[in-house]
Amino acid sequence: MAFESLSPQLTELPGAVPAWRADASAAELPDICQVVKDQGGRLAALWGTDEQDRGEGYALNLVLAKPEGILWLKSALPVDRLQYPDLSPIFYPAQRMQRAARDLLGIDAEAADRRPWLRHAAWQETDRPLRREAAGATVYDQGGNDYAFVSVIGDGVHEIPVGPVHAGTIEPGHFRFSIVGEKVLRLEEHLGYTHKGVDKRFQGMALAEGAKLAGRVSGDSTVAYAWAFSMAAESIAGVTPPERALWLRALMLERERVANHLGDLGYLGNDGGLAFGLAQFMRLKEDVLRLNEKLFGHRYLMDRIVPGGVACDLARGGIEAIVAECGALEREVRLLKDIYDDHPGLQDRFLTCGRLTPNTASKLGVIGLAGRASSQAWDARAQAAPAPYDVLGVRMKTHKNGDVAARVIMRFDEIFESLRLIRAVTERIAPGEIALPLASAPAGRMGLGWIEGWRGESMVALDLDANGSIRSCHAHDPSWQNWPALAFAVNGNIVPDFPLINKSFNLSYSGCDL
Amino acid sequence: MYQLLKQIVSVGIKTEAPPQTDEALRVVSQRLKQEILGMFAGSLAIRHVDAGSCNGCELEIHMLNNPYYNIEGLGIKFVASPRHADLLLVTGPVSRNMEEALKRTYDAVPEPKLVVAVGDCGCSGGIFGESYASCGRIANVIAVDVAVPGCPPTPTALMQGILTAISAAGRNHA
Ligand code: SF4
Repeated sequence: MAFESLSPQLTELPGAVPAWRADASAAELPDICQVVKDQGGRLAALWGTDEQDRGEGYALNLVLAKPEGILWLKSALPVDRLQYPDLSPIFYPAQRMQRAARDLLGIDAEAADRRPWLRHAAWQETDRPLRREAAGATVYDQGGNDYAFVSVIGDGVHEIPVGPVHAGTIEPGHFRFSIVGEKVLRLEEHLGYTHKGVDKRFQGMALAEGAKLAGRVSGDSTVAYAWAFSMAAESIAGVTPPERALWLRALMLERERVANHLGDLGYLGNDGGLAFGLAQFMRLKEDVLRLNEKLFGHRYLMDRIVPGGVACDLARGGIEAIVAECGALEREVRLLKDIYDDHPGLQDRFLTCGRLTPNTASKLGVIGLAGRASSQAWDARAQAAPAPYDVLGVRMKTHKNGDVAARVIMRFDEIFESLRLIRAVTERIAPGEIALPLASAPAGRMGLGWIEGWRGESMVALDLDANGSIRSCHAHDPSWQNWPALAFAVNGNIVPDFPLINKSFNLSYSGCDL
Repeated sequence: MYQLLKQIVSVGIKTEAPPQTDEALRVVSQRLKQEILGMFAGSLAIRHVDAGSCNGCELEIHMLNNPYYNIEGLGIKFVASPRHADLLLVTGPVSRNMEEALKRTYDAVPEPKLVVAVGDCGCSGGIFGESYASCGRIANVIAVDVAVPGCPPTPTALMQGILTAISAAGRNHA
């Protein structure tokens, strides 16, 4: 067992991934976190919940991850004591998550940084929109929005503010560059612009509706989130989806990965000055989306994974079409990879640009594709290996250079690996049921879902009430961990390289603004 | 270089015919004169604004520029500043944190201007609805000419919406 050396009483959560639950007092948290860290573990997620409906005040929730599994720790915070120890000295990514929990619920890590994170002007410091007594439809009086950016002072230093509306077709956020000449001394990110109140929205939803909302936490990872949500619901209900449903889920998740990587490779070529790459890769991506539409009825596979299984079976001739597509993609992507590899102008832009060293990546707790490009060997498909990945056997790759070039190579490698996995699925999938009904779950049960999407791990923590509707649900995006790393990777580079470096990470705004 | 040229030639031209306009997408009757629309057709500058979407709609907006849809081939291009734009293509429910930025972006677009709201969220607030954090549909914050439903709308539906916004039909001649 992954966490047996810890003091709290562990309860194993049934389901697709090795997961445990435990309660711990706030005072115990730093020691527990330190032990997990010393054993090679890390912080996967941190958020707050209102437990007043159970007469228990509030709670701080942590999910800690080790390659062998995850642990959901809940720490009760009585109404008259909303403080808990700052965990960011142990786990760097805790910083922003702690600030977000404070903005929404008023629970406070008493960290040195007192600035809000998700709260801009839509509510005031004294408002707690995620508390149960606050109606979801409340519109608060506007607060101020003067965010105190850290200023860099010195000869010739000046600032460039960018956003929230950016020059390209991307999500909104604010970047504050402190520069000398064209060199970036510091990048500060201010996000939260797409905060839509997702945690609040989940409350009271039926499972089917919740799965849809989870699939819209970050639209480019809709398959990953719908799977994570369903996995959590199935854990609570004690249901294992039929085998065919699991194969179809893996098929969809790998198609999502391939589609996103193709798009990114196109844009990376374009940002590096090779428009040819954009035209070619976007054509290939469009082909994948069109086949999705034909076989599954949706270009991005939204709402195709549901609690209990999948919503639609593969259309007739689907397997043959997918096998043919794999062959064509393999051929075309290899050819384009040769062109990228042999293009001196492009390689000149990619190599050594936006370097995140393995050492920094490890200190920051970077995960997902960007982490693997900096030697951080985390991939929930390869490690926790929820079915059917336990049978498929994902061959995780890592790279140690941590520059744009490494993140490009990771994408090529992962496309080829996904094509291999897709072929393996087509060889093994057999006719059968595609969904099972979820029996009403016992009240007060909690479930976790954890799956490696194309960007990194998507996690969903679900808690149902006595009627089987959602009491609370929290979705966690890997971008929480990786946004701070972007700021480190940009340091010392020139401003005009920022779009390329940013694209090479391609992090989600919506996924962590929630 | 040889490989690159060979690839361009062997793939050939993939662009498909654009869709027809659809009056059902129009929210308010066409406010612009025929002469102005005539100038937009063939040279329309679009500024995209994500006012709080899940990023799904953005994926399809990106696809407008792929070789199949090739929206630039119709003289429609995306520009980097609202000050260069004729039309705002807005996604999302409008998050309250983006409300001010959306209004300012709208104000920065020179007259005459058009707004196309994108996606179920842009049309109605979608699954996010209205809440402490979300203002709901785009029309709750700025004036909208054409609204394109879908989650996300396909590139063809988006093109149809944009072309409808610059077509003369549905103009109020009063
Ligand atoms: S319409 Fe759908 S794809 Fe577009 S922002 Fe809303 S949820 Fe996302």
